[in-house]
Amino acid sequence: MDMVFQLLFQGIGIGSVYALVALGFVLIFRATNVVNFAQGEFSMVAAFLMVIFSVDLEWPYWISFLLSLGGMAIYGALFNLGVYFPLRHRTYLPVIISTIGASILVSNSTLALYGPQPQVLQPLLDFPGFNIGTVYLDAQYLLIIGLTVVLVAFQYWFFEHTLLGKKLQATSQDKEMASLLGIPVATMIMLTFVYSAMIGGLAGILVAPILFVSIHMGGTIALKAFAATIIGGFGDVAGAIIGGLALGVIETFGAAYVSVPYKDGFAFLVLVAFLVFRPQGIFGERVAEKA
Amino acid sequence: MSSMIDIYRASAQRKQRGLLAYIALIAVLVYVAATTTFDGYVTNILMQAVTYAVAVMGLTVVLGLCGQINLAQAAFFGLGAYAVGLGTVDYGLSYWICMGLGLIVVFAFGAFLGTSTIRLGGHYLAMVTISFQQILTLVMINWIPVTHGPDGVSRILKPNLFNTPQSYLAFCVVVLAVVGYLVWQLPSTKLGRAMRAVRDNELAAGVTGIDIQRTKVTAFAICALLGGLGGGLFAGGFSYVSPDQFSFAESIVFLTMVLLGGVASPIGAVIGTGLLILIPEWLRFLKSIPGLYLAIYGLAVILIVLFMPDGIWGFVVQQFKKLRGSLRLSAELPELTLVQTQAHADDVLVVNNLAKHFGGLKAVDDISFVVKRGSVHALIGPNGSGKTTTLNVLSGLYTPTAGAVQLDGQDITHFAPHERTASGLGRTFQNIRLFRSMTALENVIIGVERPGNPVDHAPIALEGRARSALNFVGLGDRADELVTSFSYGHQRLIEIARAVAGNPTLLLLDEPAAGLNSTEKMELRDLLKRIAAKGLTILIIDHDMTLVSEVAEHITVLNFGRRIADGDAVSVLNHPDVVTAYLGSDANAAH
Repeated sequence: MDMVFQLLFQGIGIGSVYALVALGFVLIFRATNVVNFAQGEFSMVAAFLMVIFSVDLEWPYWISFLLSLGGMAIYGALFNLGVYFPLRHRTYLPVIISTIGASILVSNSTLALYGPQPQVLQPLLDFPGFNIGTVYLDAQYLLIIGLTVVLVAFQYWFFEHTLLGKKLQATSQDKEMASLLGIPVATMIMLTFVYSAMIGGLAGILVAPILFVSIHMGGTIALKAFAATIIGGFGDVAGAIIGGLALGVIETFGAAYVSVPYKDGFAFLVLVAFLVFRPQGIFGERVAEKA
Repeated sequence: MSSMIDIYRASAQRKQRGLLAYIALIAVLVYVAATTTFDGYVTNILMQAVTYAVAVMGLTVVLGLCGQINLAQAAFFGLGAYAVGLGTVDYGLSYWICMGLGLIVVFAFGAFLGTSTIRLGGHYLAMVTISFQQILTLVMINWIPVTHGPDGVSRILKPNLFNTPQSYLAFCVVVLAVVGYLVWQLPSTKLGRAMRAVRDNELAAGVTGIDIQRTKVTAFAICALLGGLGGGLFAGGFSYVSPDQFSFAESIVFLTMVLLGGVASPIGAVIGTGLLILIPEWLRFLKSIPGLYLAIYGLAVILIVLFMPDGIWGFVVQQFKKLRGSLRLSAELPELTLVQTQAHADDVLVVNNLAKHFGGLKAVDDISFVVKRGSVHALIGPNGSGKTTTLNVLSGLYTPTAGAVQLDGQDITHFAPHERTASGLGRTFQNIRLFRSMTALENVIIGVERPGNPVDHAPIALEGRARSALNFVGLGDRADELVTSFSYGHQRLIEIARAVAGNPTLLLLDEPAAGLNSTEKMELRDLLKRIAAKGLTILIIDHDMTLVSEVAEHITVLNFGRRIADGDAVSVLNHPDVVTAYLGSDANAAH
């Protein structure tokens, strides 16, 4: 039984990371109607920025942390300008292909610069963790779960109770109408990319001490985040969070009880099962019918 | 002036000469491949280029023709390669049997992924193919007893018939040539036109009778099949396969190849494959830094999508078209005839207590009316009266909340759009929906190909009928121009020609006069009268009271989702409720 709680704890921890990245996915999808296939690289780039600042330059951890998030804001803006904005009037297919190109470009440039050796990043806190009964609560996992809760709460407040949040919502619901009401749609989309890059980056920095920093972390995380959004219901914010947590738990249990080498395969099996039997996800409405 | 048959014969002769030239070229290439002794390095490069090109042509079909994405082409390629590798090495089966089994497996995977995902739309397909790719790589690496794991499979045999590298290369060239020819021909076949129609405009494809889902799945399965075929050839050629040759990165390489060369044509596939296999060989030094090489691929993908969306071959073709100008054919065409299926009853369309509610909003509430055979029936009503909702229910875009629709005695209430079209419904759209990458002629041919259209479906008959239909609407001499070069009014006429050419039992016209100027409206009125004179039953929905009163014999009026009048044109237009609905009552006027 303790084993179950231990796994549940770890699953929710890793699931929080998926949930954060999935959240970024959904925000961009709602604002632009495009799935960003370079979403996982947001996490990877942030983790490497962290390695540059805190390991290579040996700057203090918290300063590196803030600088990395700032760097992600800039990266998100550049990404929007280079990959999405020029194609905004084309159909979804060129945009998908362009984001895939960006994903390949960014991860392999990093490989060219840093080599295939995974980098090690120290945990954010010095404090290792503590036991409740025989269940060990690792501090890094607790931090991830805590920050995810704070961020989700912040996002809820931001979208529902601030003018900027309302403008972003209006943009994602009807761009033409929003621009007729004087909302600068291009700026709103830019902000969405910036915010999405920052939460994806935060997820990357948080998970880095657990997973190692490697060029492959982006692809793996992105696929799982996408699976999470389908499980939760595509385009649904609450669904992305629940889906991410569920996936983290399923994967952790799968690795413990079924097979370690196929750990990354469980996400895809769950994904395919959902696509076949419940494509609208847990919360979503039917996706196939749109007149 | 020449007859349609002469023109067709001339074009068939031209095609035949083209085919002969193509066969001659391939014969030369095969001869060179079979007789020249290249050194091993050159043979390997050629082998790689030829086998990759087969797989890349799969992407030409799925991405170029049908507009669907596949990011697992390397996985299908790998399945084919492992089938040949494991089959010949571990199980001692003949090369041909392994190849056959491999193709069956690949086709099954392709069809499964397609059917489970494609109805959900493009984003899902992209992600699911990536997932499939990842799972397959995991399986290849970890299922060691069967796949030999990371070590891969070595000492794979070539077929006895082509045992030397030269003869095997020649064999691969022949396969590529055949595949290339088939892919080249595909766009002008019924299946190929359906794929292009789906890519251009799904909604219009559905109402012209194309089964969208099946077309996409077919395209996807063909793509997978060609991937597997290329992989099987590859395994025989290199005698060694390992999981890293079929990773996600390779899928991206395939994608880059097809994008660079041009997605629209197998020639683009060959150009893209050739360049992306040769260039890296010339720039070998780039490979010394891991990652740099793929980073350049990623950048290339973005740049191509941004600046050269049609690829190298698309660019070349466009320059040619500018030089050549458009080609005009004039021919004496037979007058368009409309064949009516055996009449079942006097009532062509029977709408019974139809209702469509959106949540609490009753957009259409308990409407009944009957359209008589051979009549022009109009459905009118002010804005928000439920006209368009009724039309969308009739053509199957919405499912009704209650009620039933009968077409020619058949209950079509629960039919999908393309099934309704097959049972005899033709329609046009208020906002014109043509297949924009095609010529006027090709658009109308798709109309002629309506399933259930009782005419000759031989290619010459299809084309002749389509040209007659375009003549009928007055655009016969511009049949070979792209639809985008026509004015708005003319595009509407092409849409009507497309619907009429399919010999529908009932023609639904959704606000045909919308956006037309007064001259065009008069032309439209005359055209509708000529269509009606041929005995075709028409249901027209429009605001334009002049047009409606001039062409319609029978009118049904809706307001607030309910039927407020129904009868012959004159009495309905003088009905007090109708006058009130359109002009307002005295009580309203007093405000």
